[in-house]
Amino acid sequence: MQKYLLRRGLFALGTVIGVSLIVFVVLRILPGDPLVALLGVEGHSKMTPADRAIIMKDLGLSDSLPVQYVRWLRDIATGQLGKSFFRGDTVRDLILHRGPLSAEIAILALIISWVVGLPVGILSAIRPNGTADAITRFFSILFIAVPNFWLSMLLVLALLFWFGYKSPIMVVQLWENPAQNLQIIIGPAIVLGLAQGAYIARMSRSCLLEVIREDYVRTARAKGAVERAVVLRHALPNALLPVVTISGVLLGFVLGGSVAVEQAFGVPGLGRALVTAIIERDIIVVQNLVLLYALIFVGVNVLVDLSYAWLDPRIRYQ
Amino acid sequence: MGTLLRQNWLAALGGLVALLIVVVALGAPLIAPRDPLKADFRHMNKPPSAAAYFGTDQVGRDALSRVIYGARTSLFVAFSAVLLGTTVGSLWGVACGYLGGRFDLVSQRVMEILQSFPDLILAMAISMAIGTGLPAVIVAIAITRIPFGGRVIRSVALSVSAMPFVEAGRAAGASQLRVMTLHVLPQCVAPYLVLATTHLGVAIVIEAALGFLGVGVPPPTPTWGNMLADAITGLVPQWWLVLFPGLAITITVLAFNLLGDGIRDSLDPRLAPTVMRLVTGVGRGGARGRATATTAPSATAQGEPGAA
Repeated sequence: MQKYLLRRGLFALGTVIGVSLIVFVVLRILPGDPLVALLGVEGHSKMTPADRAIIMKDLGLSDSLPVQYVRWLRDIATGQLGKSFFRGDTVRDLILHRGPLSAEIAILALIISWVVGLPVGILSAIRPNGTADAITRFFSILFIAVPNFWLSMLLVLALLFWFGYKSPIMVVQLWENPAQNLQIIIGPAIVLGLAQGAYIARMSRSCLLEVIREDYVRTARAKGAVERAVVLRHALPNALLPVVTISGVLLGFVLGGSVAVEQAFGVPGLGRALVTAIIERDIIVVQNLVLLYALIFVGVNVLVDLSYAWLDPRIRYQ
Repeated sequence: MGTLLRQNWLAALGGLVALLIVVVALGAPLIAPRDPLKADFRHMNKPPSAAAYFGTDQVGRDALSRVIYGARTSLFVAFSAVLLGTTVGSLWGVACGYLGGRFDLVSQRVMEILQSFPDLILAMAISMAIGTGLPAVIVAIAITRIPFGGRVIRSVALSVSAMPFVEAGRAAGASQLRVMTLHVLPQCVAPYLVLATTHLGVAIVIEAALGFLGVGVPPPTPTWGNMLADAITGLVPQWWLVLFPGLAITITVLAFNLLGDGIRDSLDPRLAPTVMRLVTGVGRGGARGRATATTAPSATAQGEPGAA
């Protein structure tokens, strides 16, 4: 187990370094001068080359790429993460201020997806091709096709129409005002959770159907176990493994999807900060946020792999 | 049997709708009632009526015409991105699966790194880096598709490479390249088709999301995502400006997904079930794939195992 842990950890570390290199290189091949984005075409042309050089130096963009990369790594190590071009605050402040909202949305969405998806999947696997199965399959196919940000827009429209919903302007942290905080995150979490729930339902249904045909399930039935016990205690634990794996992949959808969903709901989370930074071409903010999203994704998938090894001895002892 | 019929019926419907949408996109200038770019300040923000079936937007452009022209851009972007990304990825995957060794090892690491980013976020960063415009969006989406093609087709190529006819080809003295292109590659075409069809839907959604976030195809070009972005610039979003472009996206994605499922179901049952699950992503009918592989590939084995 320890060897497995070590190997998995080293692999993840290599991936993370690769990810940071890609983020760095991609954002440094930007065509055009970042100063044009910063000052506008007019402001840029009014400045003397000497002034431009000073600003570039201030921003740390005039050094060679390896130097810039090493400096970025140092910034990450100290936890400051560099400064935004446009706002005085560091990226660390930005993440600490806006991150919690997005994290709450992601976690709540994950919980909703399991709470909704799993029972629905079980229900539809118990009687395949029955009415419940047909309904759930219809909805899961539909939910996979509906873009989540559009669903969010429709929800916002409906809320606006019937309840006079206003998009939140301020960040309200959970520890400041739980009720208001919940109001902000509940919409995005439900939309993202239902979309992921559709995948969970499909996955748990097909895995359960596969497991239910195994010999040991027939044995359990032959012993006279109640159908409920057969499904929940014998079949389900073995069917759950792939569903756990898929949750890691789905988190990627949640992370990516939350960017658009936050925009649709007007939630001032991290995803919106990323969109703003991309539109403003705020390279330092973008590189840190993209790296953060990738890190979370890699980290969760490591956790999923570990839980898989923990749940399935065959993987542990290979 | 009933399930099989219903599955094929759904797939056929999906294919028909997809075809219809492609025809609408190609014939946009003939079908669209008005110029999608022409503003009409006397008819701004009008709800759907007999004059404009989908209503008009903030500057009086006809929403129906914009949805029709939007199909053009959205499908063009999606098809190009998939043609580029999934194809490059698949060819790379064939090479990985057949050649193996160090080349495969390094390639797998690169694909793993590419897959460490959430799709939308990677596409956003890339399209920011290479500039705005249609080609930038296409390339950005294409790059996010590469690792999927690479990994899935690699495992297909890997299992094909172990088959006797490949060995026979090699034994007959054929060159590496010849075996790869003439013996291994054709076996990967069917899974590639399934993959590409499924990815069309994903590409359409990513394109729409990029447009919605304001980092996609630059306005005023009508795309479904741009229309949704325009819809919320107003103080109060008008329901028809939100509803119709989104419906267009949903119907298109649904059609391509059903078509992809159908192609997969009618595919060669000899394909390894794990491979097929990889191809289709999240456990779509995994049980069915298993049934076809473990039992005789008869029509009944294609049905749901629980029904038997």
